[in-house]
Amino acid sequence: MQFPREEFFAPGHRGCAGCGAAIVARLLLKATGKDTIISNATGCLEVMTTPYPETSWRVPWIHTAFENAAATASGIEAAIKVLKRKRGKYADKKIHVIAIGGDGGTADIGFQSLSGAMERGHDLLYIMYDNEAYMNTGIQRSSSTPFLAATTTSPAGSKIRGEDRPKKDVAMIMAAHGIPYVATACISYPEDFIRKVKRALEIEGPKFIQVLQPCTTGWGFPPEKTIEIGRLAVETGVFPLYEIDHGNFKITYKPAKRKPVREYLKMQKRYRHLTDEDIERIQKYIDEKCKLLGL
Amino acid sequence: MCEVKVITGTSAAAEAAKLADVDVIAAYPITPQTTCVEKLAEFVANGELDAEYIKVESEHSAMSACIGAAATGARTFTATASQGLALMHEMLFIASGMRLPIVMMVANRALSAPINIWNDHQDSIAERDTGWIQIYAEDNQETLDSIIQAYKIAENENVLLPVMVCLDGFILTHTVEPVIIPKAERVRDFLGVYEPKHAYLDPDRPITQGPVGVPDCYMETRKQLEDAIERSKRVIKDVNAEFAELFNRKYGNGLVEAYNLDNADTVLVAMGTVCGTIKYVIDQLKKEGKNVGLLRIRTFRPFPKEDIKDLLKEVDNIAVLDKNVSFGFNKGALGIEMSSILKNKKVCNYIVGLGGRDIKIEDIKKIISHVEKAEDDETMWIGLKE
Ligand SMILES: Cc1ncc(C[n+]2csc(CCOP(=O)(O)OP(=O)(O)O)c2C)c(N)n1
Ligand code: SF4
Repeated sequence: MQFPREEFFAPGHRGCAGCGAAIVARLLLKATGKDTIISNATGCLEVMTTPYPETSWRVPWIHTAFENAAATASGIEAAIKVLKRKRGKYADKKIHVIAIGGDGGTADIGFQSLSGAMERGHDLLYIMYDNEAYMNTGIQRSSSTPFLAATTTSPAGSKIRGEDRPKKDVAMIMAAHGIPYVATACISYPEDFIRKVKRALEIEGPKFIQVLQPCTTGWGFPPEKTIEIGRLAVETGVFPLYEIDHGNFKITYKPAKRKPVREYLKMQKRYRHLTDEDIERIQKYIDEKCKLLGL
Repeated sequence: MCEVKVITGTSAAAEAAKLADVDVIAAYPITPQTTCVEKLAEFVANGELDAEYIKVESEHSAMSACIGAAATGARTFTATASQGLALMHEMLFIASGMRLPIVMMVANRALSAPINIWNDHQDSIAERDTGWIQIYAEDNQETLDSIIQAYKIAENENVLLPVMVCLDGFILTHTVEPVIIPKAERVRDFLGVYEPKHAYLDPDRPITQGPVGVPDCYMETRKQLEDAIERSKRVIKDVNAEFAELFNRKYGNGLVEAYNLDNADTVLVAMGTVCGTIKYVIDQLKKEGKNVGLLRIRTFRPFPKEDIKDLLKEVDNIAVLDKNVSFGFNKGALGIEMSSILKNKKVCNYIVGLGGRDIKIEDIKKIISHVEKAEDDETMWIGLKE
């Protein structure tokens, strides 16, 4: 695949070295092109890209609060529609309205506004960048934090072994809304991610993509390993890549042979407390999930 | 030339939004606001109003969607009350901080707990420091007129702030009164088409709205907001005067309305519908040869300090009526503000009508005789059961 050369996400943001969220934004804008409006939830991505008077965004961008990127985007989409109709503004242009939020801003506090926007059928794409915890406030667990991962609010102690609940399956919950397009993606598979964004933008109505984004700080790995870890998440079946296009489910990347989950876990500090027994439990859980998806 | 309809306050608000030809409505129902958003839905369904109507899943999202729409350059409207307004609280700061000219009708209603759907002002008063302009209407005509004026004020380049137009729940929202509905073209001429100069999300002119405001710049943004709301005083007065010229109706000087103030040494200060009752009592007393005045506060924010000081210069007995309480201070918000600007005067505060408790003519008379006898500032709860 030929990647567009033009950058709408400017270099020089304030993210950590090796930050996967920045890669999500950069790839996303390569796929959407210029005629894009971004509604960004509070979180790492927003904070690291817009310390006034600087900005990393070369497309119109708005941040309002933590839990309402989707509701804000609803207003933007409605405004464009009516201003086109009544005043010929934003004329003869297909503008892509994109809401983007972290797993906290999407799966937890922003869940209601996301569900509302999807259910109402707005023509917008929601991107959940999933780093599996609240990173901006210092690595607290979210409902998207995986089973047994250690965070500052789900620490590994002598009695409790880290996060005690499995990861919430937001993509499948979105699919249950019956929207035309739902997909999962990972920054380590940029062609796949870009293709999915492009496909989503061809479709009118609400679309949702959950992008796994390794976080050096929150997961505990050296900055040069971001892509490798993301790849392992997919190769092990921890984060399967699929799309549901108008109800048709399709695995978009099938590892020839799934790697053991251990390989993925052992590279990250958030899992360093795990015993062999813990790893076995996770492996069993992942095996069951993959079986369900036909992986 | 114009039409007279006998309608409720919520219908008057909906008619005003239609006359302002709003582009985006995002709203969630709550008593006693509901009939406003139902009416607007009807207008849109019948093609009487060309607007996008977003049926959001909460008031928080209603304000968020209004912010998104206003930041794109659309004229937006929403309406709420009580718990709904409280749920919007976070977003109210964001609307004003981003300097978006959103207009909202607030049907004033008491806050839970205990749950109470009737009128007082605790809900909007709790939002007084959010950077919104607050206008309190006395009747349905003023509701309609104020919403039209609100767009002209909010969109003024020297202001660029959101405005809430507050009307007393049930007392206005559910009571029919004759309301003059101006001609749509004349309102269009008065308001003009909203052309955003700073708030637009346009790929051909990409800007970043709502960035991180570091300590080096945040305080300046707050001062700019304060300066803008201060400047709005002039704009509100001008808009009121221009409106009077075109539509033949005016509301005091826009900020305050003086009623029988000349030579009165006892003056009541209040907001909203209770002013109607007060005016009635004043007229009665006048027939009995007694001179009592009313100073109606129309804009609680900006607070018309200068006008108040000026108008009450010669007044000895000042009775402030509040339909809200600042718990732990035993005064209402208006009472506190009046005391703070009238330092050497006797300012008594009367807590009235909480949660829809009736305010009777007798109560007003009781307040007048109390303040005249009071030696110093006092607070009294009116109509409390023993
Ligand atoms: C109403 C509200 N509650 C809490 C916060 C504090 N807060 C800001 S960002 C954040 C976590 C964001 O997590 P996530 O959405 O996963 O994004 P990330 O930081 O990982 O990019 C929290 C808790 C807030 N801004 N607003
Ligand atoms: S904490 Fe994680 S997501 Fe946030 S900037 Fe650093 S690497 Fe990126």
